[in-house]
Amino acid sequence: MNVGHKKLLREHFGIKAKSDQYIIALAGNPNVGKSTVFNALTGLRQHTGNWPGKTVDNAQGSFSYQNIDFLMVDLPGTYSILTNTVEEEIARDFICFAIPDVTIVVLDATSLERNLNIALQVMEITPKVIVCVNLMDEAQKNRIVLDLPGLEKELGVPVIGTSARQGIGLDKLKEVLYLAVKEQMSFHPRQLQYSQEVEKAIEQLLPKIEQFGLSEYLNPRWLALRLLDSDQMLTRKVCAYLSANSEGDIYKEVSMAL
Amino acid sequence: MIRSTGDAFLHELNKDAETLRLSYGNSLGDKIIADIYKNAEQITKNVILIDNNKKNWTLKLDNYLTSKVFGYPFMLLVLGIILWITISGANIPSDILASALFGLQEVVSRGFLSLGAPAWLHGVLVLGVFNSVAWVVSVMLPPMAIFFPLFTLLEDLGYLPRVAFNLDNLFKKAKTCGKQSLTMCMGFGCNAAGVVACRIIDSPRERLIAILTNNFVPCNGRFPILIAIGTIFGVGALASQLQALAVTGIITGVIMIGVFVTFAVSWFLSRSVLKGEASSMVLELPPYRRPKIVSVVYRSIIDRTIFVLKRAVIVAAPAGGIIWIVANTYIGEISILNHLAGWLNPFAQTIGMDGYILLAFILGLPANEIVFPILIMSYISSGTMIELESLAELQMLFINHGWTWLTAANVMLFTLLHWPCGTTLITTRKETGSKKWTLAAFIIPTTVAFTVCFILTQTVRLLGLA
Repeated sequence: MNVGHKKLLREHFGIKAKSDQYIIALAGNPNVGKSTVFNALTGLRQHTGNWPGKTVDNAQGSFSYQNIDFLMVDLPGTYSILTNTVEEEIARDFICFAIPDVTIVVLDATSLERNLNIALQVMEITPKVIVCVNLMDEAQKNRIVLDLPGLEKELGVPVIGTSARQGIGLDKLKEVLYLAVKEQMSFHPRQLQYSQEVEKAIEQLLPKIEQFGLSEYLNPRWLALRLLDSDQMLTRKVCAYLSANSEGDIYKEVSMAL
Repeated sequence: MIRSTGDAFLHELNKDAETLRLSYGNSLGDKIIADIYKNAEQITKNVILIDNNKKNWTLKLDNYLTSKVFGYPFMLLVLGIILWITISGANIPSDILASALFGLQEVVSRGFLSLGAPAWLHGVLVLGVFNSVAWVVSVMLPPMAIFFPLFTLLEDLGYLPRVAFNLDNLFKKAKTCGKQSLTMCMGFGCNAAGVVACRIIDSPRERLIAILTNNFVPCNGRFPILIAIGTIFGVGALASQLQALAVTGIITGVIMIGVFVTFAVSWFLSRSVLKGEASSMVLELPPYRRPKIVSVVYRSIIDRTIFVLKRAVIVAAPAGGIIWIVANTYIGEISILNHLAGWLNPFAQTIGMDGYILLAFILGLPANEIVFPILIMSYISSGTMIELESLAELQMLFINHGWTWLTAANVMLFTLLHWPCGTTLITTRKETGSKKWTLAAFIIPTTVAFTVCFILTQTVRLLGLA
């Protein structure tokens, strides 16, 4: 973590991470037990407040596993990260620009299809994703049987089933988290497949984006998709955050660009 | 490095993306989302081994109730059924209540006379206060007591969020927030409550539009006027079953006009004084629930029907007295009421109504509930004394005062579109914190109402249809 990035985290996202802490983002739909997972992992070592300049709650908490320190950031519960709402924008910006070491996406086992949307979107931005299929107890009660190893193969990232309220599966989650930050786990996130028309439009826009020299920071395909989805603010943000990251003077840059 | 390539390039990239986006008919955003869903569906199919979840039937039902094909027709059907039950069910209790209350009035009258009370006291209390309260109760109570439980039932079932979902697209086209459909539904109960409900809309621009257009759905003060006039003038000659159906059609049409005007005014506002883009809303469709019948009946009868009726009676009682005084105080040969009505009449005629009707609407500013009683009172006291014991005789009263189907249509449209009641205006003032927007909340509907009635009247007269 360089100095500029630390400053960006602190000043734009309100995250105060120690230099040896790994930053873990927690994303997912509302009402899937995301906070239960968060509380179970961090216990009382929590700090709550608002996202800087927003009226949306922000919770961060720390925990250690095998002498590794983690700082977990609970993102607002959203159905997507296509930035339709303030909450979605916060979640998207954090994953995209705060660049957490690992992002955990919590899914509701009883409505997997709806929940997968956000997981697939996160996997488009960052490769280091762990999928936590929560509410497995509820699923069992509703007589739903899921093939989690199959899901892991489909998604190309680790999948862990949990029942956070009973504390089931959380040790496994921590273990996988540990392996992930220790680079002992491979991630090959499945990329979304788009229809021909969309793919064609991406191809037309890609050369332009690659000229811009962003490919080492951001998935250019993803950026193309957002631009095609008329997210005009994004390019400004990309510049602001990246220059903040490299020069360390975030206030000047962000206020100039936004 | 990035800074130096900087702004010019950024601008170019945005412009290219925009051109490309438009060359695909501006539909890529929707396609991208549809594709994401398709991916999720595909994966889910492969990993769900057994699914006996009961939640699924909700999902299947929603596929129909919120589909592009069945969504709107089903909404109309539900609205139609509710109105039909209300209209065909309200007639008989209305007649029973009317004859009971006016029978009572005669008894009270005789009591007054035998006690030797002065004529003016009898006039104010019996012909003024009692009479207008009796009208409010007999005309308003039955439709409310039927409509509100049905509407609450719909809320309890969980259908309203589906309505919001269906209408979201239309609101987006008007560049406003989909949540406006929820505040619109609240307006059916009470426009003041609807205006307060606009707090759920985050964007100040969209909230303002929702507040300014809330008045275009008929609240329960105006709803009975629509039903009564619709019933009286709807269809004379048809068989009674068909009659209820025809009236249902008329009222549904009137409500549709209200919804259409809501969209039209929203559309206009978000392209003129309140310019801006639509923000999205996230709406979780809750599962359908079995409604709790007892609590539905309790809530709708006690919380709404009785509450609204109480408010109406409280306003109607003194208003009735005042009207009687105004109608029976003479300046020269003519009563004050007739003076006022005569003064308003030429203007009212251009929009197909008469001076008494317009006066009733003006005097009804404190609460729309009393517009109808005031109108009846002024007609009765302006000469043609007849015994009113049923809706049929009410029709006679109106026809004697020169009503045609055009008058009825104009009164219904004016009821739907005219200025909000005093309570709603005060609420608007509180919610917007601005005199300017409160004035706009008064002027916009008033202008719309006058314009619509004027155009209709002049067109019909020009064509010689009435």
